[in-house]
Amino acid sequence: MSAKLLQVKNLRTSFFTDAGEVKAVNGLSFDLEKGKVLGIVGESGSGKSVTAYSILRILPETGKIIGGEILLDGEDITKYSKKEMREIRGCRIGIIFQDPMTSLNPVYTIGSQITEAILLHTDRTRAQAAARAVEMLALVGVNEPARRVKQYPHELSGGMRQRVMIAMALSCEPDILIADEPTTALDVTIQAQILELMQELQKKLGMAIIMITHDLGVIADMCDEIVVMYGGRICERGSADDIFYNPRHEYTKGLLHSIPSAAKLDEKLVPIGGSPIDMLNMPKGCPFFARCDRAMKICLDEPPEEIEINPGHFASCWVNVQQMLDDEKAAGGAEEAGQ
Amino acid sequence: MWKYVVKRIALAIVTIFIIITITFFAMNAIPGGPFQKEKSPLPAVQAVLEERFNLDKPLIVQFGLYLRNMFRGDFGISLKTGREISAIIGESFAISAKIGAAAIITALLPGLIFGSAAALMRNKWPDRLIIFSSTVFVSVPSFVLATILLLVFSLKLGWVPVWSIKNPSYILPIVALALYPMSYITRLTKSSMLDVLNQDYIRTARSKGVAERWVIFKHALRNALLPVITYLGPMAAYILTGSLVVETVFTIGGLGTKFVSGITNRDYPMIMATTIFLAVLMVIMTLLSDLVYKLVDPKIKFE
Amino acid sequence: MESGKLPKKNLLSMQIDLSKFTPASDEDKQQVDIMRESTTFFRDGMRKLFKNPLAVASLAALLLIIIAIFVAPLVCPYGYDDMIEVNGVRDRTAKNLPPMTYSENEKAFIAEGGKVFPHFFGTDQLCRDYFIRVVYATRVSLAVGLFASIIVLIIGLTYGAISGYFGGKVDLIMMRIVDIIYSLPDMLMIILLAVVLDPILGSALSGTVLASLGTNMISIFVVFGLLYWVSEARLVRGQILSIKENDYIMAAKAMGAKSGRIIKRHVLPNCMSVIFISIALQIPAAIFTESFLSFVGLGVQAPMPSLGSLANAAREGLQSYPYKLVFPSLVICFIVLSFNLLGDGLRDAFDPKLRR
Repeated sequence: MSAKLLQVKNLRTSFFTDAGEVKAVNGLSFDLEKGKVLGIVGESGSGKSVTAYSILRILPETGKIIGGEILLDGEDITKYSKKEMREIRGCRIGIIFQDPMTSLNPVYTIGSQITEAILLHTDRTRAQAAARAVEMLALVGVNEPARRVKQYPHELSGGMRQRVMIAMALSCEPDILIADEPTTALDVTIQAQILELMQELQKKLGMAIIMITHDLGVIADMCDEIVVMYGGRICERGSADDIFYNPRHEYTKGLLHSIPSAAKLDEKLVPIGGSPIDMLNMPKGCPFFARCDRAMKICLDEPPEEIEINPGHFASCWVNVQQMLDDEKAAGGAEEAGQ
Repeated sequence: MWKYVVKRIALAIVTIFIIITITFFAMNAIPGGPFQKEKSPLPAVQAVLEERFNLDKPLIVQFGLYLRNMFRGDFGISLKTGREISAIIGESFAISAKIGAAAIITALLPGLIFGSAAALMRNKWPDRLIIFSSTVFVSVPSFVLATILLLVFSLKLGWVPVWSIKNPSYILPIVALALYPMSYITRLTKSSMLDVLNQDYIRTARSKGVAERWVIFKHALRNALLPVITYLGPMAAYILTGSLVVETVFTIGGLGTKFVSGITNRDYPMIMATTIFLAVLMVIMTLLSDLVYKLVDPKIKFE
Repeated sequence: MESGKLPKKNLLSMQIDLSKFTPASDEDKQQVDIMRESTTFFRDGMRKLFKNPLAVASLAALLLIIIAIFVAPLVCPYGYDDMIEVNGVRDRTAKNLPPMTYSENEKAFIAEGGKVFPHFFGTDQLCRDYFIRVVYATRVSLAVGLFASIIVLIIGLTYGAISGYFGGKVDLIMMRIVDIIYSLPDMLMIILLAVVLDPILGSALSGTVLASLGTNMISIFVVFGLLYWVSEARLVRGQILSIKENDYIMAAKAMGAKSGRIIKRHVLPNCMSVIFISIALQIPAAIFTESFLSFVGLGVQAPMPSLGSLANAAREGLQSYPYKLVFPSLVICFIVLSFNLLGDGLRDAFDPKLRR
């Protein structure tokens, strides 16, 4: 069994705004193993990006981790001091963001921005760091890296900027790379290139990846394990096969059904009914209650407990509990009958 | 970028030419003309004027000659005193320039510091205090401020002596001139900083493990400065016009006082020359501030 | 859909009410589905504005001042140009009285049983009641500020709207002109124009209504009309350009709406917020300019007072009669501060970027 690199246990992060407390992440648990790719799927507002920011503790002013643990190699980093967190950021965990245009500082060259990261976390001299920056650019497939290093972000195309972000995030060889919707802001053809690049780099450098996205296609391609989130809670988690072939949460099922398929051109599109949840007025029970076809009264009152469907495959849904109880009853009845 | 620089300088030159033209022809619309052909204070002065300014020639020719004289540094003589205007401008501007430059620095540096402090300590008491004072000061016209300062510090309390050439005291006029731009810059810096601190690249910097103080001084400030640089031109213009009143109130022998007394005395050649001088100065300062901005913003550098 | 094997472990840490495993009804779901009430942009902005205590206070203060300047002359028996009279005789002892005092003659009159309206702000060196002078000065300054802003608004709005809506070559030329005008130093041009117009128009205007305002005011309005509208025009044009890009304009066109209708129904309402803010900030700027000019002696003609000219006149006896400076100065600062706070409040309330 490979070592668990990252363990998130019952993470709860809230934003304290003028309008009230927004429970962006409300009891999230998952594990990440060395060298594996974990995908976090969900709509906007489901809490997936907030999870990433919580791990690195780069939440905006109004955000705060109010509960749970994040264990990196066994140590709870939610208890780390600011200085200790700074040592982790960029060094043990790197992150790339959704919009590469706004994520790079417009008044500094891309070379200096990469070099900054290298100088922060390694012992290299300026000259060595600069050389390393050029190396990294070459590694991520930026052409003419020696020339590009002196350019400013606005001189590069979207795809290239994202490559620069990746170079920057990986420059200190972190154990984990978090990718927060890395392809959403890019053209479709560039998307494919970036994803390919990430897979290559993963094979070469062996880091674990947390891929955050709302695009199931991306997930299907790359991920070993998948976590599905809605309204700040986890709906379901398991291996890619588990999720795609045996979904056990109504939300997951809805997502899978709503994917238009080129093979079934005549079929009507099947959206998930209702509107996205208002994070300021979260219901007591399951966040998906109002949109769920199989909702029960208990779903309104009690947040569903997570139960293990199969080894490694967990779902948080009362329907599964109900099924289990029915099965038990049937098995009990059969036993009695067979007596 | 060089294309831009050339275009901008050309625009400035056109503007200056327009100003000189407007001023000259406007002044000549006054019955009797700027040199008051009909009623001159001193016959000796009148003779000099006729000779030097060819007042009997057609207006267009006069205009050409005026321009030529201007390039030679000859602005004519004051109707009131008969002195060479270029000499008057020369010595009085030296004083005004000193005060003006000091005011610019006094406005800029504290403004940037207070504004950044307010942004960083948002919603805490330093922020509220700074913003409150800035808002109040931005509503006080320079002449009101100047007069009140004079009243309180010079006349009532006697802390600061009244200005004279032998005993020049610059502190009150500098404060009176600088307070409005300083408050404006404070507010501008705060909102610019807040804007910048919300940007994605600040989050990127933090995610790389950059220490918070460098996130602010290296990543944020450099970007937050850009709108402030845009303000440099208008600020220079404000200080220039403000100096007219401030110098008058504090009875300082600078160009502002000379200009105002020229207006009161209807010393037309003085008014004409000073208007042109000040206007050209303003255009040049606006030009400089525009160019500095373009220089500093890399997005424009390479177009 | 296939169901997997459910492990037979003992469920559940807590007691579950098994009766709740019944399907939920639609009413249950309604509970959760609260939609936020929809409001228009304008109403939303106004609501935010009125929640801002400073903005509301400024609005109230301005209204108070406006009421005061209309009511005061009805209540106070003195004219702004009248020398104080006691019993019909000019009172020369009423010179430079401090606030709330009476002159020798007035004291004697009161002793005999007469009534004298108090001098709230004292009197000036020409024996005129200062309070009423300040009131009239406020009227003049506000009126100048208002008219100047209206002139700027009309010209700037029209110019900017045309330039922005039609775009292309029209826009290019119009903006070039704006650029050149923008680079002219306004204050100097005003001074120049005032100096020049004074002897030219002086004689032409005597006897007309405008004479009481003076040629300087005319020149102020002329220059405002010629120069100050440019920033307004730029603002409006910028707004229009960004609105034009918006899809809802294309949608309206696709539905067959004509240009004029598009401008009226879609473009202008969205500019409104920008326009309001600009007016709120334009008025104090105009008042600043007017008081500055009056201070330099190029403002409203005496005996008509303006806040700037009163402040200037107060410089003469500054040490002995400081109150003469304090009152008009306070009024100017108060008015400008209120407009600035109101403008700030408007900007905060209507700026969509500031939504949290």
